[in-house]
Amino acid sequence: MAITTVAGTKSKPGRPASPYPAGPRRTSLGRKVRDNLTGHAFLIGAVICFGFFSWYPMIRGVVMSFQRTRRGVTTWVGWDNYDRIIADPSFWTAWKNTFYFTLLALLLGYVVPFLVAILLNEFRHAKGYLRILVYLPVMLPPASALFLFKFYAYDPGDAGLFNSILKALHLPTSQWMQSPEMTMPAMVIASTWMNMGGAVLIYLAALQNIPGELYEAAELDGAGIWRRIRHVTIPQTRLILALLAMLQIVATMQFFIEPLILANGTGAEDSATSVAYLIYQHGFFQNDLNGAAALGVIMLVVLAGFSAAYVRLSSKQD
Amino acid sequence: MAQDSGSRTLISHAQLRRGRGRVIYWALLTVVVVGFTLVFLGPLYWMVTGALKSGQEIAQTPPSLFPKDPQSQNYADAWNNLDLAKLLFNTFYYAAGALLFQLVLDTAAAYALSKLRPVFGNVILGLMLATLMIPAMVLIVPQYVTVIDLPILHINLLDSPFAIWLPAVANAFNIFLLKRFFDSIPEELMAAALMDGATPLRTLWSIILPMSRPILGVVSIFAVTAVWKDFLWPKLVMPSPETRTVSVGIYAFSGGTPMNVVIAASVIAAIPTVIVFLIFQRNIMSGLTTGSLKG
Repeated sequence: MAITTVAGTKSKPGRPASPYPAGPRRTSLGRKVRDNLTGHAFLIGAVICFGFFSWYPMIRGVVMSFQRTRRGVTTWVGWDNYDRIIADPSFWTAWKNTFYFTLLALLLGYVVPFLVAILLNEFRHAKGYLRILVYLPVMLPPASALFLFKFYAYDPGDAGLFNSILKALHLPTSQWMQSPEMTMPAMVIASTWMNMGGAVLIYLAALQNIPGELYEAAELDGAGIWRRIRHVTIPQTRLILALLAMLQIVATMQFFIEPLILANGTGAEDSATSVAYLIYQHGFFQNDLNGAAALGVIMLVVLAGFSAAYVRLSSKQD
Repeated sequence: MAQDSGSRTLISHAQLRRGRGRVIYWALLTVVVVGFTLVFLGPLYWMVTGALKSGQEIAQTPPSLFPKDPQSQNYADAWNNLDLAKLLFNTFYYAAGALLFQLVLDTAAAYALSKLRPVFGNVILGLMLATLMIPAMVLIVPQYVTVIDLPILHINLLDSPFAIWLPAVANAFNIFLLKRFFDSIPEELMAAALMDGATPLRTLWSIILPMSRPILGVVSIFAVTAVWKDFLWPKLVMPSPETRTVSVGIYAFSGGTPMNVVIAASVIAAIPTVIVFLIFQRNIMSGLTTGSLKG
């Protein structure tokens, strides 16, 4: 979420490197060295952690994807891991499922929070209560929330929560996770319920920053509610809408725990397998860490493609 | 969160206060309050009461709204069979340690980047922020390989709490939040402290930190809930039953345990985060929006 704001954090050029060397002491080399050493001493703990657990693994992942380790012996194998991964039919199923999930999650998890935020922003009462309600599921451990959906909501029998509601409304019931067609929508519903609170709160904050005069002017020009949303609300929140869309695409494309818990991994007829689940399976069940690393690099490239497209589109509009 | 100071939104106040607008407003508000309560609180109610029902009652159609004969047996079974006390303690221990490490190391780093500004500070900051762009799933395999054999040191961190604590420190978002808050503290205060002969550490401790309580609160809540909610990483690096976190423990037992007991355990696992949320909801919401908007 910090991506847009990065530019604002750079210290202005021409600022002294440190507030400490004020006056004549600034010229003293020993003093400068000491100040820098103090600064780096404060940084060192975090830098070591980033080094071991972020920067090094990043490089290691790329290196691993071109190696193969068998019985403790590591050899360079070129693109072999990539060839093997791509030749696996579940690779394409997983990508198809991942794109499908991302698309559904955008339709539901992107549009619904925006509409909810617009609605909540109009209310003068019960605002705090509604905000807490929307954000409450975000605070649940995902495993807890997903067991709730798995055992109670998506029970394929008539006793399941959703099926009893459908039955009471005289609608046809569903097999939910046991039907390949319903697997994805069911996972998206659970995922949206768990995660939409954050987006709603961010939209609400963005909506509160829209100057009221714009709505007033639009109303004087005879614009109805829909035209006011179309010509005031959406343009005024465009940046945050675009940013959240990209963050959401990147986050949902990594979905993992939903198939793991709701669908025991692959789901009926492989309808739930995601790329992230495939990484997990290759790395930790098929004893193929190198293949999993190659899959990770492919995923990184695809997600970086989305981010690049986003940066291009948003800079074009400005 | 801006307060609703009566600023103009999509529909004007006047319109909502008069005649038809007023009726629609109250009708819509009622529908939304009832609807949201059902959608967001309903499943939680179903979860808590469902675990109070017997195996037969949960399978009956149509389902009963209230447990006919509430029994705490499922909760007791969950507590004893899954050794929830141990699992909760583990999770708490990991969360507390992650919080401590992040507060000390990330605060120190953000202070250095914001106020001490050593050479290459901006390069380091840039490299840290770049990690925000890297999807977590991409790193999971090489991170795991790193943890089982730490480069240079050749230590295996599996089943050691450090496997959760140290990676938690590599959190660019928290460093960024802290640094930006420190940036807003005037340089004059730093200069004044220097004139009084305070060391950088002393300035951090006596001047910067007391002024930064709000942001430290936000970062703390994020640090704790992140560990509590995490699933895949603790599942990988804490393979022994004795070191599992509560989410992983419930998942590990879910196959061979009656579903009502799994649900009862899920309820118990969710209680701590829900309590944290209800106590600190203002801080959480303001942290969420300040972190993302005012750039």
